[in-house]
Amino acid sequence: MTITQPAVTALWDELLARTAAGDRFAGLVAAKPEGGALVLSAHVATAGGIDTLEAPLPPGAASYPALTPRLGAAFWYEREIHDRFGVVPEGHPRLAPLIRPGSAEDYALPRHVAGYGIFTIPHGPVRSGVMESIEYLVETPGEAIPHLNMRVFYKHRGVENRFAGMAPADGVLLAERGEGIASVAHALAFSHAVERITGCQVPPAAALVRVLHAELERIANHLDVAVRLADAAGLAVATARLALHKERVLRLVSRLCGSRFGRGVVVPGGVSAPPRLPPAEILTEVGKLRRAVTPEAAALMATSSFLDRLRGTGPLTPQRARQHGALGPVGKAAGYADDDRLARPYDGYLSLALPPVRSHAAGDALARLRVRWDEVDQSFGLLRQVAEDLAERSSHLLHLTCEPASGRALGWAEAPQGEVIYDVVLDAGRIVRCHPRSASFHNLVLMHEVFTGDILTDFPFIEASFGLSVAGVAL
Amino acid sequence: MSIWVLRGLRDGVVTTRWPARSDPYADGWRGPARPLAVAAPADGLDGLCPTGAISVAGTSVRVDQGKCILCGRCVAERPDLFAWSQGATGPAAAAVRRDQLVVPELPETDEAVEAARARLRERTTALRRSVHIRHVDAGSDGSEEWEIQALLGPVYDIHRLGVFFTASPRHADVLLVTGAGALGMTGPLRTTYDGMPDPKVVIAVGADAVSGGLLSQSEAVTGGIAATVPVDVWLPGSPPSPFGIINALLIAVGKLASGGKGTR
Repeated sequence: MTITQPAVTALWDELLARTAAGDRFAGLVAAKPEGGALVLSAHVATAGGIDTLEAPLPPGAASYPALTPRLGAAFWYEREIHDRFGVVPEGHPRLAPLIRPGSAEDYALPRHVAGYGIFTIPHGPVRSGVMESIEYLVETPGEAIPHLNMRVFYKHRGVENRFAGMAPADGVLLAERGEGIASVAHALAFSHAVERITGCQVPPAAALVRVLHAELERIANHLDVAVRLADAAGLAVATARLALHKERVLRLVSRLCGSRFGRGVVVPGGVSAPPRLPPAEILTEVGKLRRAVTPEAAALMATSSFLDRLRGTGPLTPQRARQHGALGPVGKAAGYADDDRLARPYDGYLSLALPPVRSHAAGDALARLRVRWDEVDQSFGLLRQVAEDLAERSSHLLHLTCEPASGRALGWAEAPQGEVIYDVVLDAGRIVRCHPRSASFHNLVLMHEVFTGDILTDFPFIEASFGLSVAGVAL
Repeated sequence: MSIWVLRGLRDGVVTTRWPARSDPYADGWRGPARPLAVAAPADGLDGLCPTGAISVAGTSVRVDQGKCILCGRCVAERPDLFAWSQGATGPAAAAVRRDQLVVPELPETDEAVEAARARLRERTTALRRSVHIRHVDAGSDGSEEWEIQALLGPVYDIHRLGVFFTASPRHADVLLVTGAGALGMTGPLRTTYDGMPDPKVVIAVGADAVSGGLLSQSEAVTGGIAATVPVDVWLPGSPPSPFGIINALLIAVGKLASGGKGTR
């Protein structure tokens, strides 16, 4: 049975017209206001901002025409909406549970590839090593991976529902714990949304402190990916050296704010406290870090046995990256660079010089690592500017109070994984609804597609090269 | 490959000497909030803590450090009543009973803690020389995994203490569990626990694993992992520091010398 819902179809038509014209599909969420009908909202990233297009479903509608057949990037978004609200996207190719565990049948091994000798290797959710919980179902005849399936719902924590009723001051603490390795970026995206609703202006010094922590977080995350890649290649010394540098970054962050993950720094309206180190010392420490990391990165990128494992591994084509709107280093490595810091700048990025990085098109694990090293270099440059600017600044106002307000707004920030979006609705200073969309959620679904020609032993490289966090996917 | 040989020697030994010697980074660690020893005010504490860790019993203010997510709001708003605890290590930095984390401790808790320590020691005597760990993520935010992974790095290097990670629960003596207890992970967590041979020890790593933290009210979690597996050592923090995790491991297997720093 085909159903027609003019409002939804018109929404999809407009969305596709926008993406065809160069805008980027940035997410699909649903909300059900008290006693009202379900409303679908599509986020579209444009030059300079992110728009929301809306369409209500008729009251009591149990289904709507799916977007996924027309725009593949909606694949997981529509499954999440189905999980949360039970509404069926008609024509969706596979409506299995995504974020919420389903019935017992959902734990049965699915098979998508038929053929002689093909079997499924379930890997997870408890995996070897210290990893976040996720299950990969690898369909393989022994070496090649013709199909990969993922179950991300094991560690779903109900973060989105938990926001409801909170004051923004508590909400930012929860945002920090949505995707713990990108705490600063999540706190920023959440705070930006709240600031947009309340009309709160962030003082210039606070805008710089925000950049300071966001860029240190980026360096730590990219080093973590490099550690995992070096470890996968069995380079014991490189693994230890890069892990040492990552620890140095986390220790610098803890010296600046007391938390190794920059938690408690970003609050709606500014930052909670000045950095505990004077700008001159920040400059010295950042310089030391840069001198330690840069040659080590160069050595890693000159280790041929390592590069051999990454080159051509897990390739994402530029065409698919653009269609999907791939975020962060995954997109950049495939020639699709849409960095919120450049395209939709916020806080200190409005005034700081952010040199563009080299463009890449190979889309493989090697290109992704190259992008990360470029970004690390870029971050060191930004940190230097921030420390110098902070030293010259005479006003040290760091925080303005956001008056309670009502309304809805989007906030965004470029996490190490890519763009994070918070869709926040406030009513008289209380959160009615808050939908976080991590880059991990948007990007992880692309891992289905990058195993062409790769074999089982490439798996850890591909997974690490995406650099995502499962916590941010299942939320 | 030869480029790496010399690089490995570049910074000399970067590994901490703790627990043989004290480590300034561990001693300077900012732990959960603690109440100061002053009389409780009549009001003004309701809604101060986002996780409800603060309670008033009679004339004393008590903080449940197992719920504390280290946001620092109480320390910032009521410095007359609250302060940070200092130090990541020492026998008080992780608890062997859940009620030990509610500070100041009651006198009867002290006795029960001693008894719990003795029972734990009895069980883990056989493990002392070589300890194998299995980690399970039961709904963490991902940061706890970073801090546990750090134990394998050059700075913390737990291999020097005879502690190793293992992929198989069959080889594991200690189960490190992170996360608020996501419902989807209760089955896998229980299966892992059941797959371990006796004697075994479970450590709840971080405020989420201890109490559920900010997510304790969520319908998608059990609000701490004790609902699924019996916990022996409770480690607060959001996330705990790598030193805190090693400290909890040493407490679990009875390797921690008594004494040590820490103000709680």
